[in-house]
Amino acid sequence: MSTVTTTLAVTVAHRPSALARLLRRPSAAAAVTTVVAFVVVALAAPWLAPFDPIATDFGAVRKAPSAVHRLGTDEVGRDVLSRLVWGARASLLAGLIPVTLALLVSIPLGLVSGYAGGWIDDLIMRITDAMLAIPFLIVAIALAAFLGPSLTNAMIAIGIAALPVFLRLARNTVLAVKAEEYVEAARALGGSPIRIGTRAILPNMLPPLVIQSSLTVAAAIIAEASLSFLGLGQQPPAPSWGSMLNAAQRYLSQAPWMALYPGLAIFAIVLALNVLGDGLRDVLDPKHR
Amino acid sequence: MTLPRYIARRLVVLVPTLFFVSVLIFSLQQLLPGDAAVALAGEEHDPAAVAAIRHKYHLDRPVPVQYAIWIGRVLRGDLGESMRNKIPVSQLLAAKLPVTVELAACSMVIALLIGIPAGVLAAVKQGRPVAIAANVLALSGLSVPHFWLGIMLILLFAVHLGWLPASGYVSPWENLKGNLATIALPSFVLGTGVGGIMMRHTRGAMVETLGADFVRTARSKSVTERMVVLKHALRNALIPVITLGAIEFGRLLGGAVLTEQIFAIPGFGKMLVDGVFNRDYAVVQGVVVVSAGLYVLLNLAGDVLAFLVNPRLRGPA
Repeated sequence: MSTVTTTLAVTVAHRPSALARLLRRPSAAAAVTTVVAFVVVALAAPWLAPFDPIATDFGAVRKAPSAVHRLGTDEVGRDVLSRLVWGARASLLAGLIPVTLALLVSIPLGLVSGYAGGWIDDLIMRITDAMLAIPFLIVAIALAAFLGPSLTNAMIAIGIAALPVFLRLARNTVLAVKAEEYVEAARALGGSPIRIGTRAILPNMLPPLVIQSSLTVAAAIIAEASLSFLGLGQQPPAPSWGSMLNAAQRYLSQAPWMALYPGLAIFAIVLALNVLGDGLRDVLDPKHR
Repeated sequence: MTLPRYIARRLVVLVPTLFFVSVLIFSLQQLLPGDAAVALAGEEHDPAAVAAIRHKYHLDRPVPVQYAIWIGRVLRGDLGESMRNKIPVSQLLAAKLPVTVELAACSMVIALLIGIPAGVLAAVKQGRPVAIAANVLALSGLSVPHFWLGIMLILLFAVHLGWLPASGYVSPWENLKGNLATIALPSFVLGTGVGGIMMRHTRGAMVETLGADFVRTARSKSVTERMVVLKHALRNALIPVITLGAIEFGRLLGGAVLTEQIFAIPGFGKMLVDGVFNRDYAVVQGVVVVSAGLYVLLNLAGDVLAFLVNPRLRGPA
């Protein structure tokens, strides 16, 4: 018995943490660095942005990139770089808040659905199926349209649109974990359903949800940009990468820089999050190892 | 299990799903802030006019009754009438359908042409530069915001090179060449995104089947590598890809919203956005009903196809 314990302890000690294993992959390390850089830019926007992002300057309308305006100016003379830096806030918030919302709803509901089973499970799963039958962006657009255009409503709409994927994943993980021996053991020891749910099942639900979160933050950032592009998200004059692209579309031949940089910013953060999601899957999902 | 039985079983499961879909779409209307009749009246503030609208749209009846009236009409193909131009929504949708189907079909062809060869290549040449390049391309196709890619392609091909029109749509019955020129860029934009998804699934399935016993057997019988890859492995690897393809096609039919907007293609996506801006809620609901319906049907079609090509699914169930 004692030898078994020692071997176990040794293996545990020798296995580096998931984060260390993740950072050992060059692509994932680059992705983490990129994401951190974007977060720093968003947090430090007031100090990093050279100009006021909403201050118009009709003496400098649609000026090409120069030493003063590094990425040029837009149709009312606002500094593109400053708007880009401040726009990172809207994008990152719109990535994080809907996913947090989806997680907060799907974890308890998934636990109930997977653990209780029966008609509750049937009902929740049929509603999930129904939500999955409408494409993600259509749900988000329709919801945002009916709720009214604002960044907050866009985030709520994206959160609701993202919910079914999380709910189904959480519930299916509960079903898989529920059959494990350590859950049986906890039940045999007389643990209450709440205790079993939070102590034995919840920690094991997290890896797939973490992977899905990373991918969904990426999808949510694109969705926010799409909604803001359509005028259903961030309202002018507040900056958002999506609404910057909307304005840019009208001046494509005269001021292409207006369209280039916001799109590159979305591309970079979404690519980084997708690479991160792949890396997390390789590290956390035993089937993919 | 026979095919008709399989389809019947799937249809039975579909009924509750479709019921909840219809409830969700109907509930959208309840989200309208304030009084729906006032919102529907738009500029009209006359109380008598608002009351007339309330009565006309049965907003003075209890919500379950409103739902029953609405679903009864939808099932008969009546999706209401556009507030803006008083044309039945079903008629508007029928006019847009060929455009959206053409765009989705062309995008799918591009996605398959890129996704499947790239996925096979990435699986066969694992770790080599060509596989890494294919992986990077797929990931980029997945990550690039499509409406931005569309804008950049317009900048390159329409503004700078002047090879293709920036936007607009020409019917193929009027002018086939003009039609292909207007549909080329949007199809490419949509195709790259779906192609990235297809590539990753093809690669995953190919890696799995290339390691399977029957492939090893084929190799040991000194079947040429080309035959092993194309005939033995790819045929089996394509099964999950077929299902995925059907789902993605369904998504394209309902969801090319921004691409249609940027290229001014008059399909479902543009109709949805126009409906949103005109506060034409019957149009918005109509587009969502049809896109959800098409999506569910294509999901079913994908499963049926997978059932047909995979004999293992036909075993005792």
